Amino acid sequence: MFDTLIQPFVEFAFMRRALVGMFLLSVSTAPVGVFLMLRRMSLTGDAMSHAILPGAAIGFLFAGLSVTAMTIGGLIAGSLVVLLSGFTARKTGTGEDSNLAAYYLTSLAAGVMIISMSGSNVDLMHVLFGSALGLDNTALILLYIISAITLVCLTLIYRPLVLECVDPDYLKSISRLGSVAHYGFLILVVLNLVSGFHAMGTLMSVGLMVLPAAISRFWVKQLEPMIVLSVLIAFSACLTGLLLSFYFNIPTSPMIITTLGATYFLSIFVGLNNGIATRFLMKKQKHLSA
Amino acid sequence: MLDFHNLTLGYNRHPAVHHLTASINSGDFVALVGPNGAGKSTLMKSILGHVSPMEGEIQFRGITREDVSYLPQASAVDRQFPLTVEQFVASGLWQEKRTHKAYRKVDFDTVKDALVKVGLAGFEKRTLDALSGGQFQRLLFARKLMQQAKLLLLDEPFTGVDEQTIDDLMVLLTKLHGQGATIVAVIHNLNLVRRYFPKTLLLSRELIAIGETQTVLSPENLLRASTIGFGDHVHAEVCEVPERV
Repeated sequence: MFDTLIQPFVEFAFMRRALVGMFLLSVSTAPVGVFLMLRRMSLTGDAMSHAILPGAAIGFLFAGLSVTAMTIGGLIAGSLVVLLSGFTARKTGTGEDSNLAAYYLTSLAAGVMIISMSGSNVDLMHVLFGSALGLDNTALILLYIISAITLVCLTLIYRPLVLECVDPDYLKSISRLGSVAHYGFLILVVLNLVSGFHAMGTLMSVGLMVLPAAISRFWVKQLEPMIVLSVLIAFSACLTGLLLSFYFNIPTSPMIITTLGATYFLSIFVGLNNGIATRFLMKKQKHLSA
Repeated sequence: MLDFHNLTLGYNRHPAVHHLTASINSGDFVALVGPNGAGKSTLMKSILGHVSPMEGEIQFRGITREDVSYLPQASAVDRQFPLTVEQFVASGLWQEKRTHKAYRKVDFDTVKDALVKVGLAGFEKRTLDALSGGQFQRLLFARKLMQQAKLLLLDEPFTGVDEQTIDDLMVLLTKLHGQGATIVAVIHNLNLVRRYFPKTLLLSRELIAIGETQTVLSPENLLRASTIGFGDHVHAEVCEVPERV
């Protein structure tokens, strides 16, 4: 049993690389996901992740499957869509969500078109679903740098960001850091989605951000434990997903996300905090003791 | 502490407060009374600098805006956010702690102290979603205590709050006043005003009266306030004051 879990990593360098990459990704993307959920922006994150595609595609057009070119392209496209949808919403008085939807759908379609025109279907699959098992040195260094930046920045804006979520009026009355926290956080989201897309692909990267947070909310009540737990959940799912995809020859990133999905589904029922079964039992207990 | 000189405030040229001249002195315990749309909240926001005067000015005597602490009418607090009572109240120390300074044991003692004062002793580790409406209002007061402001502005602090909580919090405010704080509160319940507030500012888009509560809340003044202040300020006539750009 133990062998089954360890053997692939001992034997194959690409599995070890994948493991390191997934660790780096989990450590930074899961905490960002917790704040994304608490700001009720999980779907915004999803939209943003799709918006990255045309940028990555243009990078691909110029430099092929180059990590650097696709990263820079993705960063520019992601930030542009976020800024544009915010700008359109403010200037036209229409809702930010519909504008974001319009922008991201357009850019997703444009991205798929650009890649299909110049590359093969394999390339398209690579960009959409990533290649956790094919992470090269440049990709690992990139993941490392983005993780480090994320953790440092998140620490710096932690307090204003928490207050901006809980009580924005209060923060406004005592400090001007509210917008710094808001935009700083959005940049971190884009950064992590871009870093995630090398391993997980643009379609799946947001899953590793949003799902661990959504799961941990069913188990703990306080913010700090929630962040720690979501990192643990993210990494465990990556580990499980890697092994399952190794033994059963299934694409890695969908395997990781379905693992998270199954955990989420289970947590809805048995989660200690607001899980359906737990609620039911507590009600019954109250009833009996009354 | 605060002087309003011929102060006119409004949105889109429609004045909500008209040519107000009045003073709030250090150590005052003032109820701000007036019908809906009388400009009470607008006046508070102008003190905070969120609304700038169309005409006239506000002068700060011996204090700066930093010394002013404000409790808004409808707080936009996300009570589902996974924060504990203790952490929430501790955010009242922002001026001292900012983004990075560590919280020490003495800070948590201060938090505990504030919670005892508002009647929430032992609630430290509870999360925000476990509090009732009244308890939550007490929590907001506890955080106000941490800020040690010289001037407290409270905008309808007792709307939708139970009697017991109102009494407890009024006693707390009286104590704070005794310790030297200046307090201005928007209050609708006139019985409450008569019982606790020595001074009243009766506002109805323009100043009706300011001074001792008993004198200000005379039947004549209240009648005048209700006839002038009737309706929404949006429908007020455009004031003949050149718009500032």
